[in-house]
Amino acid sequence: MFGYILRRLAVAIPTLLLLIIFSFLLMHAAPGGPFTGERALPPQVLANLEAKYGLDDPLLVQLWNYLKDVVLHFDFGPSFVYPDRSVNQLIADGFPVTLTYGLLSFVLAALVGIALGSVAAIRQNSWLDYLAVGISIGAQVLPNFVMAPILVLVLTLWMGWLPGGGWSFTDPSYWVMPVIALGTSYMASVARITRSSMLEVLGSNHIRTARAKGMPESRVIIRHALKPALLPVISYLGPVFVSMITGSVVIDIYFSTGGIGRAFVDSALNRDYAVMMGVTILIGALTILFNLVVDILYAWIDPKIRY
Amino acid sequence: MTKFFATTALALALALPANAAQVAVGDTLADNQELSFWILDAIKSLDPQKNTDKTGSYVLAQLFEGLMNEDAKGAMVPGAAESYEVSEDGLTYTFKLRDAKWSNGDPVTAGDFVYSWQRAVNPETASEYAWFMELMNIVNATAVVKGEMTPDQLGVKAVDDKTFQVTLSTPTPYFIKTLSHTTTFPVNQKVIEELGDNWTQPGNLVGNGAYTLQSHNLGVNAVVAKNDNYWDAANTIITQVDFITVNDQNVALTRYEAGELDWFNRLPAGQYPRLAEQYPDQASTSPQACSYAYIFNLSDKGPEALKDLRVRQALSLAMDRDVVVDRILQGGQKPAYYWTHWAIEGFEAPEIAMASMTQPERIEQAKALLAEAGYGPDNPLAITVQYNTSEDHKKIAVAAQQFWRGIGVNATLNNVEWKVHTDRLQNQDFEVARYAWCGDYNEASTFLDWFRTDGYNSGKWSNAEFDKLLADSKTSDNAADLYKQAEQILADEVPFVPVYHYANAQIVNADLRGVPYENVMENWYAKDMYRVAE
Repeated sequence: MFGYILRRLAVAIPTLLLLIIFSFLLMHAAPGGPFTGERALPPQVLANLEAKYGLDDPLLVQLWNYLKDVVLHFDFGPSFVYPDRSVNQLIADGFPVTLTYGLLSFVLAALVGIALGSVAAIRQNSWLDYLAVGISIGAQVLPNFVMAPILVLVLTLWMGWLPGGGWSFTDPSYWVMPVIALGTSYMASVARITRSSMLEVLGSNHIRTARAKGMPESRVIIRHALKPALLPVISYLGPVFVSMITGSVVIDIYFSTGGIGRAFVDSALNRDYAVMMGVTILIGALTILFNLVVDILYAWIDPKIRY
Repeated sequence: MTKFFATTALALALALPANAAQVAVGDTLADNQELSFWILDAIKSLDPQKNTDKTGSYVLAQLFEGLMNEDAKGAMVPGAAESYEVSEDGLTYTFKLRDAKWSNGDPVTAGDFVYSWQRAVNPETASEYAWFMELMNIVNATAVVKGEMTPDQLGVKAVDDKTFQVTLSTPTPYFIKTLSHTTTFPVNQKVIEELGDNWTQPGNLVGNGAYTLQSHNLGVNAVVAKNDNYWDAANTIITQVDFITVNDQNVALTRYEAGELDWFNRLPAGQYPRLAEQYPDQASTSPQACSYAYIFNLSDKGPEALKDLRVRQALSLAMDRDVVVDRILQGGQKPAYYWTHWAIEGFEAPEIAMASMTQPERIEQAKALLAEAGYGPDNPLAITVQYNTSEDHKKIAVAAQQFWRGIGVNATLNNVEWKVHTDRLQNQDFEVARYAWCGDYNEASTFLDWFRTDGYNSGKWSNAEFDKLLADSKTSDNAADLYKQAEQILADEVPFVPVYHYANAQIVNADLRGVPYENVMENWYAKDMYRVAE
């Protein structure tokens, strides 16, 4: 197992390197640059900007310098669009925000989704099942860009319970709407996956054996059914986890959280090369890491899997 | 340039009191003098010489004070300068600075302005707005930006601690109007040299404005609070301004209605009529110095068809501006038949024939012109219209497509993202493109210069007579007349389809006073405002 983890981590390095090179080249291939706007800058002004940010070097030299800074100094460079800040600062500001609401939404989606799905499967075709399925379908069809403004309308304007946007690490009232808006559709997916996988497990031989032994139903479900039923849920949640903690542009726009999701999309639209590379690397590294975590979890849950 | 100009300008500056919150008779001040103002996006920079957008300018105008400020109508009033003199040749401006302090207690000196203006053109600063100093025609600005001269050769000097002198390369009638722009704001050399790029962080930032930076949470909000070291702090009533970022305008409106915002100045298109009815004491619309147009590509890379004047005239005639402003935008915008925004100070529009025709008359004439140019049902004109991603641009483009279909033109719409759009505009890689221009200062040349042969002029239209009029306007006593003639040339030559002049549909808390609704440049100073008890 330990050797396996080391091997996977060793493969991660060339993977990340390829990701950096491809993103870098693709990004520079897109038309326009960080300083194209409605007024064409005079050539001398543009030349000074390009010199300052090293954009006047040949592309491969830029790539090499970038890699050097990232690998040797862990320095992701200055932002071209936010000249007062470095990419490291921007990520340090925005990532904790998305990490907070993303993590909470993830917990909400996983716990409520698994509970709803399990209840629905155990009481299949009862009113509980219909209710759980109804909730999850409702949550699934309501996209977050529809739900977000509705939440603000109801909870802020009509009820006056919650601030309509913004962010504070010390005041949880700012977290509620982002967490609900981001978490519900994932929760619905988790519920549906859990329900069908649970139904399959409940019909399998080892459950019949457990019941035949006279084991109490609660124990049958928690010890013998839930664990194998969670395997497909985990393989779904692994990649979802990364996309949740790195934020959602929709949540960031509607709730003005200052999160990294909005910064990422903006950086692509603004051609803010350094920010875009920084966030790409962050997401890439997290994806590789959590894919590994999922595989380890698999081995822990399913005794049939051995690396 | 005559003595007359110099003396009147000086007298004008002296006669005007510096602005401050002037509480009207009968108004009782509210206990709460905090203000929350909506901004669309994260603030890109709080460095005056690196700021590039309006959002940053709103905040910077509170934190710093340039030589001149603007009053509620947009007229220039003394700011950090208490008066100025212009030399007879119109080339030297001498500013007398008032006794003022930085927020850290240091005195504001002429040397601070010298440092800041040199900083703006210094290639090391790499300011995107270095061109602004070139626009101001300061001696050697271009050479310094190019690196051919050193920043200390820029035409600015500190005669003494309180006397700042600027030398221009050519008389510049609008020079004084450029002085409320953030690029010209003073910055504190000591702080910048000590802290580098981090100097704009809360706690570090030192300014000479009426407010200081309390907190800045990128993409969330920035709070500025009253600066007790400001020279007119005694007359400053608003104690705090919270600049709140809300990226979605519909959510911003909800949050305004929930009382989280006091001032939201970009109502979503189409919302204004309902709000004006619902909140007559809060919703309003006021002119904003931008014009919206479709630009024709008249360069060698442009389509042959558009080089025919009759085709351009037909396309302009068929554009039903009333539908665009009354049905799509509905926020107090005005149909445009010329380029300069109608509300620009001192601008007199020429008589444009098309403006007085009815739409059916225009369509009839457009069809005749197209037929003359050889286009008809058998040989329809086909053009591609490029616009950048936005709901409003899309609605207008779809409407334009319909208007042009009405005269037998097949317009294909091509939606591209902003960076692609501007890249293609600058490389003449388009046929007809949506465009909007916002004035840099409150004078017609900021619009008309766009169409100069060496102007931004993405369509590469060129007209020697037009260029000459604008060159002459710099030294003319009657620039307004020359601008009028220049507009007439544009109207005759039709290098673009003017569509509408911007207006700002906004909603403002009914207890806020001193909002500069009539300032087309949308510059405002919280120090000039106050809230009344309801």
